[in-house]
Amino acid sequence: MTMLGDRQQLSYIAAQAADARLNLELETEGMTLNIGPQHPATHGTLRIIARLDGEQVVWAEPACGYMHRGYEKLTEVRTFPQVTTLVNRIDWLGSFANEVPFILAAEKLMGVEAPPRAAYIRTILFELSRIANVTLFLGDLGVQLGAITPVFLAFRDREYVLNLIESATGGRFHPNFDRIGGLKDDLPAGWIDETHAVMKKLRGFCDQIEDLLFGNEIFQSRTRGIGVIPRDVALQYGLSGANLRASGVDWDLRRDQSLPMMWNKADWKVWTHPDGDSFARCWIRLQETRESTKIVDQLLGVIPSGPIMAKVPKIIKVPEGEAWVSTENPLGEMGYYVVSRGDLGPFRVKIRSASFNNISITPWLLRGVYVPDIVTILASLYFILGDIDR
Amino acid sequence: MPRKWPKQKVRQLSSNSETATPVVDHERERVLEAIKGSLGDSLVESHIKPGDDLWIRVSTESWQASVQKLRDAHSFDYFGFLSAIDWMPSPYGRGEDDPTEPAPVRDTTIRSGYAGGDTRMQVFIRIVNSTTHFGITVKVDVADSSPSVDSLVSIYAGANWHERETHEMFGINFVGHNDLRNMYLPVDFEGHPLRKDFPLLARMVKPWPGIVDVEPLPGGDEEESVDAKDGDA
Repeated sequence: MTMLGDRQQLSYIAAQAADARLNLELETEGMTLNIGPQHPATHGTLRIIARLDGEQVVWAEPACGYMHRGYEKLTEVRTFPQVTTLVNRIDWLGSFANEVPFILAAEKLMGVEAPPRAAYIRTILFELSRIANVTLFLGDLGVQLGAITPVFLAFRDREYVLNLIESATGGRFHPNFDRIGGLKDDLPAGWIDETHAVMKKLRGFCDQIEDLLFGNEIFQSRTRGIGVIPRDVALQYGLSGANLRASGVDWDLRRDQSLPMMWNKADWKVWTHPDGDSFARCWIRLQETRESTKIVDQLLGVIPSGPIMAKVPKIIKVPEGEAWVSTENPLGEMGYYVVSRGDLGPFRVKIRSASFNNISITPWLLRGVYVPDIVTILASLYFILGDIDR
Repeated sequence: MPRKWPKQKVRQLSSNSETATPVVDHERERVLEAIKGSLGDSLVESHIKPGDDLWIRVSTESWQASVQKLRDAHSFDYFGFLSAIDWMPSPYGRGEDDPTEPAPVRDTTIRSGYAGGDTRMQVFIRIVNSTTHFGITVKVDVADSSPSVDSLVSIYAGANWHERETHEMFGINFVGHNDLRNMYLPVDFEGHPLRKDFPLLARMVKPWPGIVDVEPLPGGDEEESVDAKDGDA
């Protein structure tokens, strides 16, 4: 089984041979480095055990499970509307986006479709949660490399987006706003103008980050050519989102899938990058934030009037069947395989979260890299611990 | 200020969904025919939901070979996920029983989902063709006596963690996977939590208070009375 890319493998073998000669002379031995569970690069409590030979990683393995909450078991004792409260907590930076695929799966099984106005507002809130999520990534990226300023800018500008989400849904982090058949509430007055203004600010933030970080020489030399994931490896590990598009795969579920959402009503672009390195992954996310602001701006202008809730029974029983719905969440493909038995609650829900697949590549990816690069590679893969452990 | 909901006729798609989606899904029929051709007898059963999805079930012995063929001959090169389903309804229901009363007897007859099944547990994967973005769900039966199937790690490297997770949650052995350590649970944990006969212990010791979903729907009568109460307070 060939696992390493040619270039990576050759450099790894050469470094191993050189180190082996040195180790024989100096009688050195390997060292085990423990990173985490509490580390700023881990967005939660991820522990990484790395076996080092000098400055190089010989073997690395993430240890998950510090935040396992057993959501798949818990969904089996909840009713369908109650499940959204749980799935809000999976990727806590983009909570609204977690609710959408589950609600869409339930609606698919019931044969209900949300009214157009609800679908538009859903799409807008979905993109806002992406912006809130990725903004933090862009700021946090600087911290991993020793640049402090971007994170303050990111926290400042993310606050505007969180305020918007809060004023529309009532919750800054966990909106719990999506309902089977529509939304809980309509938009408040003045929200649309405010959102336009914030989107403008966010585009300014993206420009600022691009100047501060992406044009920075240190940033480039720390990320370019580091942590390269070839296309076929990315596919067989099930990487998704920006990590997959950074490896040159032109695939965005928002564009390539027909869902009752309104992304196709806006004019936007799916960005890809041929390099597959840490820089490419970060760059794709920067571009995606810009595209998201464009989507929001365009959709805000064309929200139709009308009801925000379809006619659904007061007590929701979902007909028997199986449905798989996945959407392009801030972290990648997030999907729910929902099995219903015509009961009040689901029979089984398999939660396919993006970070679980994205981080499962790390034992392969970290082999042969130098210790300081572990942090940048992890940061560029971008995971949320709640999204790994569920 | 209570919000007044416009009394409009709501478009309900459940009634006209028959006309909206094609009754025969030509694209999925075509893919299924191609898969039937290359898998032969390994393909046990299939199910198409027009305009939605395609399910196939392959025989347990041919699990690894079938998935290999699907990847090589049909370019399902993207690995979505791997997991399992326990088709036995839980003897504990939804954990809403009163713990002081004697436990009610529930029907635990095993009934499989789409594409059928002969065993209590099934392993299933979601794989996608990364060029056409066409995805299928592949299921396989797992013997009741010794739940075990071949590992897919040699086909999709990403199956590694998914098989570890399925192993600890369902107790299914993956032959050929040499590192089936627990991902989440402690080393000495006994039982397999996602099996239906594993009770949710939190519900066993204390009854669940949220049995009834009391949130009123927008436009319902109850909401106005709730709003009125708020206004009074």
